[in-house]
Amino acid sequence: MNQFYLTAVQLSVCLGPMAMGIFITMKVFNIPDITTDGSYTLGAVVTAVLLTNHWTALAVLPICMLTGAVAGICTGLIHTKLRIDALLAGILVMTGLYSVNLTILGRSNVPLINMHTLFNTISIFGTDLYNQLFVALIIIIVLVFLLRYLLLTDFGIAMRATGNNPVMTKSMGINNDIIKIIGLAIANALTALSGFLVAQYQNFADINMGIGIVITGLGSVLIADALIIWMNVTNIGLQILLVLAGSLLFQMVLAFTLAMGVDPNFLKMVTALFVLLIVALPRVSQQLKGSISNNSKI
Amino acid sequence: MISLQKISKFFNKGKVNQVIALNEVSLQIDKGEFVVIVGANGSGKTTLLNIIEGSQMPTAGIVEINGKDITPFPEYKRSRWVARVFQNPNNGTAPDLTILDNFRLASLRTQRKKLVIGINEAFRRNVQEKIADLGMGLENKIDQPMGNLSGGQRQALTLLMSVMDDTDILLLDEPTAALDPKSALVVMNLANKFNRDLGITTVLITHNLKDAHVYGTRLIQMQEGKIVRDLNPKDKTGLLIQEIYRWFE
Repeated sequence: MNQFYLTAVQLSVCLGPMAMGIFITMKVFNIPDITTDGSYTLGAVVTAVLLTNHWTALAVLPICMLTGAVAGICTGLIHTKLRIDALLAGILVMTGLYSVNLTILGRSNVPLINMHTLFNTISIFGTDLYNQLFVALIIIIVLVFLLRYLLLTDFGIAMRATGNNPVMTKSMGINNDIIKIIGLAIANALTALSGFLVAQYQNFADINMGIGIVITGLGSVLIADALIIWMNVTNIGLQILLVLAGSLLFQMVLAFTLAMGVDPNFLKMVTALFVLLIVALPRVSQQLKGSISNNSKI
Repeated sequence: MISLQKISKFFNKGKVNQVIALNEVSLQIDKGEFVVIVGANGSGKTTLLNIIEGSQMPTAGIVEINGKDITPFPEYKRSRWVARVFQNPNNGTAPDLTILDNFRLASLRTQRKKLVIGINEAFRRNVQEKIADLGMGLENKIDQPMGNLSGGQRQALTLLMSVMDDTDILLLDEPTAALDPKSALVVMNLANKFNRDLGITTVLITHNLKDAHVYGTRLIQMQEGKIVRDLNPKDKTGLLIQEIYRWFE
């Protein structure tokens, strides 16, 4: 397979946790959370600093997720306790995190070459890329099972109901504020985990690596959402898998763009246009259907 | 059971557009009573119910349940005692969740929602049996999203959900206002049954004076934020419906 596409597969697996996080905020809780850009970089810079201080990758993982969770809790507190719009709360935390990230990292870029990372712990296969993919896949499979379990528990039902009908959940003894804060914490912990994976995969952490990453996650969830509605998927495990499929498709489109020889500077534009396409397509097709049926009436 | 002491509720207090929704209302409701509240729009009925359930806080006064002062308690903390059915059938259930998920949540209204999968075969069967009792033919649809059902079906299920967990007080805010006559009858009969058989203290707000006449053990009329009539069971039994209509002339 072309190097572009293999890289895309690997990157989509590494970004999978973030897509799952956005699935939680956007689909489960119906909150547009864009803390993501900041918490993703946060995960990466914490990873870089701890690895260069000779921590083992497995010890770094929970610390990373914890810092992401704290970022999510900040957004959650601002949103629920101060009654500030979720979008603005996310932007505020994301902006603040830039300084936090820069302080943690110490400079704008830290390379992790020749470092002992998660991805060079296992060598079952001949090529590095397959070994890396194997490790990342194990993590993502564990996460899919955990998230599926979480959403099926009584607490998970409460989470899903809070996003679906907050008036009802209050009358069911649910503290909507607390449950939203927990949801944002889980989502941003997952996002930080993506930062952890990507930093080690690409062997560096960069202060700007998170810019616009939220749109990648949103795109993945939007693709999944279109498929969920189209195929009427009610199974939660399947919904999570579709989110990962969305992440894969997204990276494939970007890889295809690169393989075609498009200037990498245009990658963000391609990303934006692709997301626009996903969002607009169902609406446009609906309008077309509407206009056809209107014409047939005449 | 429920004790409201000198409850006042002002909106826009101290401004020119100040509204007095409730004016020093005191009300004692005993255990097992079925209180029906009637009154014109803006008479303060819904505000009174909202103050019992905690979705609105009184400007002044004390709310007690079982002798415990719960005035500062938010809505989710009062769900330990209070279950409710909303006027809008869409409010009482989560449309994208299955009927079964909705019932699971309702069965935990007074409890913690833990990190365990609580829906098992026994729970499924229990829910199916309870829904089958409604006679609406919904017992085989429990894995469908709640949003697929009609307003009447959803309202009947909301009411049924309210007794899935321990319930002391049932608040019904015009539960049949959006329903067709047949569904309305199902809902009202079910509420009546819960009050009689389970001894649940019930408060019903209604604009349907026939319902006010037929159901309940006590009838209250509100006007301009005050209770103007309060009929005990003895007076209510002998009351003619024409009499109630006359209150509104």
